[in-house]
Amino acid sequence: MPVETSLNRSMTSKAVKAIKPSGIRKFFDLLAGMDGAISLGVGEPDYITPWHIREAAIYALEHGRTMYTSNAGTPELRQEIARYLSRVHGLEYNPLGEIVVTVGVSEALDLAARAILDPGDEVIIPDPSYVSYPSCITLAGGIPVPVPTWEAESFELNPKDVAKAITPRTRAILLGYPANPTGAVMPYDKLAELAIVAERHNLIVLSDEIYNRLTYGVTVPSFASLPGMKERTVVLNGVSKAYSMTGWRIGYAAGPKEIIAGMTKIHQYTMLCASSMGQAAAIEALKNGEPDIQAMVEDYNHRRQVMVSGFNSLGLSCFDPRGAFYAFPSIKSTGLSSDEFAERLLKDEKVAVVPGTAFGQQGEGYLRCCYATSLPQIEESLERIKRFLSRL
Amino acid sequence: MLKNEILKILESDARTTPEAISRMTGGSLDEITRIIKGAEADRTIVRYKTVVNWEKVSNERVEAIIEVKVTPQRDTGFDAIARRVYNFPEARTVYLMSGTYDLAVLVTGKTMHQVADFVSQKLSQIDGVQGTTTHFMLKRYKEDGEVLAGTEQINRQQVVL
Repeated sequence: MPVETSLNRSMTSKAVKAIKPSGIRKFFDLLAGMDGAISLGVGEPDYITPWHIREAAIYALEHGRTMYTSNAGTPELRQEIARYLSRVHGLEYNPLGEIVVTVGVSEALDLAARAILDPGDEVIIPDPSYVSYPSCITLAGGIPVPVPTWEAESFELNPKDVAKAITPRTRAILLGYPANPTGAVMPYDKLAELAIVAERHNLIVLSDEIYNRLTYGVTVPSFASLPGMKERTVVLNGVSKAYSMTGWRIGYAAGPKEIIAGMTKIHQYTMLCASSMGQAAAIEALKNGEPDIQAMVEDYNHRRQVMVSGFNSLGLSCFDPRGAFYAFPSIKSTGLSSDEFAERLLKDEKVAVVPGTAFGQQGEGYLRCCYATSLPQIEESLERIKRFLSRL
Repeated sequence: MLKNEILKILESDARTTPEAISRMTGGSLDEITRIIKGAEADRTIVRYKTVVNWEKVSNERVEAIIEVKVTPQRDTGFDAIARRVYNFPEARTVYLMSGTYDLAVLVTGKTMHQVADFVSQKLSQIDGVQGTTTHFMLKRYKEDGEVLAGTEQINRQQVVL
C-alpha cells in the first residue's frame, strides 16, 4: 500500500478539496469585460456608506486611532452593539464576554462553526441558502445537512423536516433569515416550533441575521429573543447590509459566554481584531444610522415591487420576498435548467443573474436576482429578459 | 400617504412614468394618474425640472446671488417690492430673508456685464431698494441635493456573496 508522504501528497488539504468553487463566481468571470452588461448578481447594497458614518472613520484617522483594538473589539463598539440589540430586539447582552466584533459576519460564522464543531458533527442548513454555509461548515470539520425548503411553503424551514434530519451527530442548526437567495422570512410561530426542536435535541442555533433590518411590511425577531433560546443561540450580524457598509468588514456575534470565549480565542490567533477605523464607523452607524436604514428600505421596497411584478408579468412566477434584496423567480415554465438559463441570458442579452443551484439543489428551476441596483437598470433588464423569453 | 410616496418618487426622478410608479408603490395606474393630475392642477407639483451641470457644456453662463436691502412699504411690507423684483425675467429665484439683508435674488446671465446691467439699471432703480451687493458664483458644487463636482462612483468588484 503506497505511503503518502509530504513529497507525493497533494498541495492542498482534504477540507479544501471537499469544498466546491462558488457558482456565483463563474458568472462574474463570464461577465468580466462584457460591455453594456447589467448585473443583477451582486448581493450588495448599491449605496455608498452614508456620509456621517464615513466622517466618523475620518475623525478616527485624524486623531491617530490607527492601532490594534482589543481582540473582542473596542469596548465602545461592543457597548453600542449591546445597546442596539436591546433597543431593536429586547436582548440583553454583556459587552464584556458575550459579544465579539469580527471581520464581517462571514468571519463571525466561521468562528462560530469552528468554536462549536468537532469533526463529523452535523449542522442542519436550509436548502437553498447562502453559498458560504456548507463550505464554512466543511472547513470547520463539520458535515452540512441540507433540509429542503419549498416555494409552496414560502421557503420557510419546516420544523418537522428539521426534526426528521436530526441524528446523534447533529450539533447545530444554521439559520439565515431573511434569506439569501430567496428573500424569505420566517414567521414567529414557525420560529417558535423550531425553538422547541432545538431545545428538545439540545442543539445550538447559529442565526445569521445580517438582513434582519431589510424587511418589507414585516418585522423579524432575532432568534435569540424567543423564549429559552438566548442560552443556545449565537446571533451573527454586522453593519454591512443595513448601513451599506460592505467594504468596512465589521460584523459581530452575540451569544453564550462559553461560545463567545471560544470564538474570541480563534479570532485572536487569526484576525487579531477588526480594523480600528471600521469599528469607529460602526459605532456611528449603530448610534445614528436609523434614518439611513429607513430611507434605504423604502427605496429597496420600490425596486422590489418593480422586479417582482415584472417577473410575474413576464410569466416567470415570483415568490413575494419580504426581506433582504433578492427576488427568486421560477424559470421552470421555460424548461431550461437554472445554469442553462443564466448562461444563455448572459450571452444573448447581457444580463447577469445567479442560477438558483449555486445555493443548493433546491435552487434548481430558480434564479437569484438582486434588486439593489438602479430602477432604470432593473427596468432595462426586465425588457431584455422579456426579449430573451420571446425567442425560447 | 400614497400621494407623498408619489411626490417623493417624482422629486427624485421626474421622468418616472405612472406605470413605473404603479409598479413601485402597488397603487393602481388609474389612482396614480389621478393623484399626479390633481397635484399638477393645485400646483403641489409646480414644474418638472432637470438639474443641468452647465459647466460640462459651456462657459457662457454667469450666475450671481444679489443681496437686496429694501425699505418695507406701508400695508404691503416686502411683498410689493418682491413682486416687482420677481417679475423681471432675469430673476430666477427670489427669497425674503432674515438677517442683514431682505431679499436674495438669483440671477442668470450670459456675461458678467449683463448681470451688472440688470443690477444697476433695473434692480437698484426700484423705489424702496436701499442697496445691493452682488456675489458672482464661481463654481457650483451641489444643487438641489445633487453633487455636481466630483460625484462619487460606485465601483463594484467581483465578489461572492
